[in-house]
Amino acid sequence: MRILSLAGRRLAASIPTLFLILIGVFLLLQLAPGDTVDALMAQMGGGDAATAEALRKFYGLDLSVPAQLGNYLWHLVRLDLGFSSIYGKPVANVILERLPPTILLMTASLSFAFFFGLVFGVIAARGVNRWPDTMISTLGLIFYATPSFWFGLMAIVVFSVYLQWLPPGGFEDIGTVQTGIWRVLDIAAHLVLPTLTLGLIFLAIYLRIMRASMLEVLNLDFVRTARAKGLDETHVITRHVLRNALLPMVTLIGLQAGTMLGGSVVVESVFSLPGLGRLAYESVVQRDLNTLLGIVFVSALLVISVNFVVDLLYARLDPRIAAEG
Amino acid sequence: MDAAKRYFRSPAAVIGLILLLLVIAMAVSAGFLYPRDPLALAGRPLVWPFSNPRFLLGTDNSGRDIAAQIFYGARISLLIGGVATMIAILIGILVGAFAGYYGGWVDNVLMRITEAFQTLPNFVLLLVLVAVFGSTLTTVTIAVGVVSWPAPARLTRAEFLSLRNREFVQAGKTLGMKDVQLILGEILPNALPPVIVYASVVMAVAILLESALAFLRLSDPNVASWGNLIGLGRDVLRVQWYVSAIPGIAILVTVLAVSLVGQGLNDALNPRLKSR
Repeated sequence: MRILSLAGRRLAASIPTLFLILIGVFLLLQLAPGDTVDALMAQMGGGDAATAEALRKFYGLDLSVPAQLGNYLWHLVRLDLGFSSIYGKPVANVILERLPPTILLMTASLSFAFFFGLVFGVIAARGVNRWPDTMISTLGLIFYATPSFWFGLMAIVVFSVYLQWLPPGGFEDIGTVQTGIWRVLDIAAHLVLPTLTLGLIFLAIYLRIMRASMLEVLNLDFVRTARAKGLDETHVITRHVLRNALLPMVTLIGLQAGTMLGGSVVVESVFSLPGLGRLAYESVVQRDLNTLLGIVFVSALLVISVNFVVDLLYARLDPRIAAEG
Repeated sequence: MDAAKRYFRSPAAVIGLILLLLVIAMAVSAGFLYPRDPLALAGRPLVWPFSNPRFLLGTDNSGRDIAAQIFYGARISLLIGGVATMIAILIGILVGAFAGYYGGWVDNVLMRITEAFQTLPNFVLLLVLVAVFGSTLTTVTIAVGVVSWPAPARLTRAEFLSLRNREFVQAGKTLGMKDVQLILGEILPNALPPVIVYASVVMAVAILLESALAFLRLSDPNVASWGNLIGLGRDVLRVQWYVSAIPGIAILVTVLAVSLVGQGLNDALNPRLKSR
């Protein structure tokens, strides 16, 4: 219960941050050339000034900026994100439709990066300064410097064009209607390359942190005690070192949640996945500012929820945190 | 110069420095080696690399020399990376210094703002900024700088927190020095080294951010940027994959060089930091 109240307090503290972001971005978007009505008129193929006037009145765009902001926030409290003139639907619906691929992609990439970062980090730390360590550390440095979109394109060339093992893009095969397990497998096949592409840079970061954290914990007194009482090395690593070395890794998940969401904008564009990131890109190109603001809100919300989960996880891994509260 | 000696003892740091100097040399010699506009039509489109001595790295979909674009792209990447990093570090130092030095409500307000910037994914904020201010070289550079300052700000604040109650600061206060004098003249020089080292991380990320933006065709289309070229090559990816592959390697090498140099600097300065 203590853990929950602790994490809950952190969650409550992030509400002002959320409002700060929304107000800041809302005011920023006021500076943008053109508004929803301009975009709408362009879609309709032009119209006269009177129509524009009527439309502005209809969308409440004729009010003063503070009044519009108040309106927006008031609607937001009731989970109404406004109307997207480009998609002809409420923004909330547009975003909800695009959310699943992004969450799937992020979860898959995070698991991939976390698991392999952990394994490689442990291997590197066990053989510190010998060839496995040198090789893994060098690979990590190269992965860190690789632009994700470029890696994605090259992966498409190798695995989709030449080897033809995996589909080059899309979320599922739209040519055939599939159900049940076949659909799951189809989506999984479509997500392999995007997952690797998005996860690569995080794999590099995780393995570096895991290696450093392992090296630090391996030198602590309780590890020497565990060895001295005759535990074999595997037992020492899995039972004693790993749990303590994991703490910085878990912290990193919270810190990197935003970066990962930003990265998925690019990766979803490379693999034409119909996700939130691609929606963000499209709404910039189509000047759909209402949707863009909605995405800002939802992505901030996502980052905050990831951090909430990380807080819970953290207290579970290290009981001292909950006790100190 | 102990630090310099330590730096050159690490092979990774030396390789990084050589690579970085190479990229800088490319940027400097671009105008001399390729006096023509790199975005001008040069020959037949889609000439494969090494097949025509006139175009060592081939030509892109519209017949522009890829090698020339790579050389000029080095300029753009270093320029955007460098200036954006300076902007980010400058804002970061200002915010971090005031928050760390004054504490209390100043710290509270500034850290709330920092938190807001960190909660919003920086690439999404970059998209918003580009949507609002357009995508010219200047606006993109400033935008990349504006989304990158929170981490240096936190670092500076932490340094200031640990330094602000030291004897030399108290001595300065007793001498009647003003806050600005204390912050800029006394504390900042001591807080600077880790922030400068961190600048390499900021620069690496800044180069990657700009190239991603350019790849999405949201950066300045009128300059020869590596990201632009990769985005262009995407249209002919199935067969002429080299159009995208070559500039990607250039980005990889540059970012790798910057990170290696940063890590080398960090390791070279670390013993001193530890003994402090």
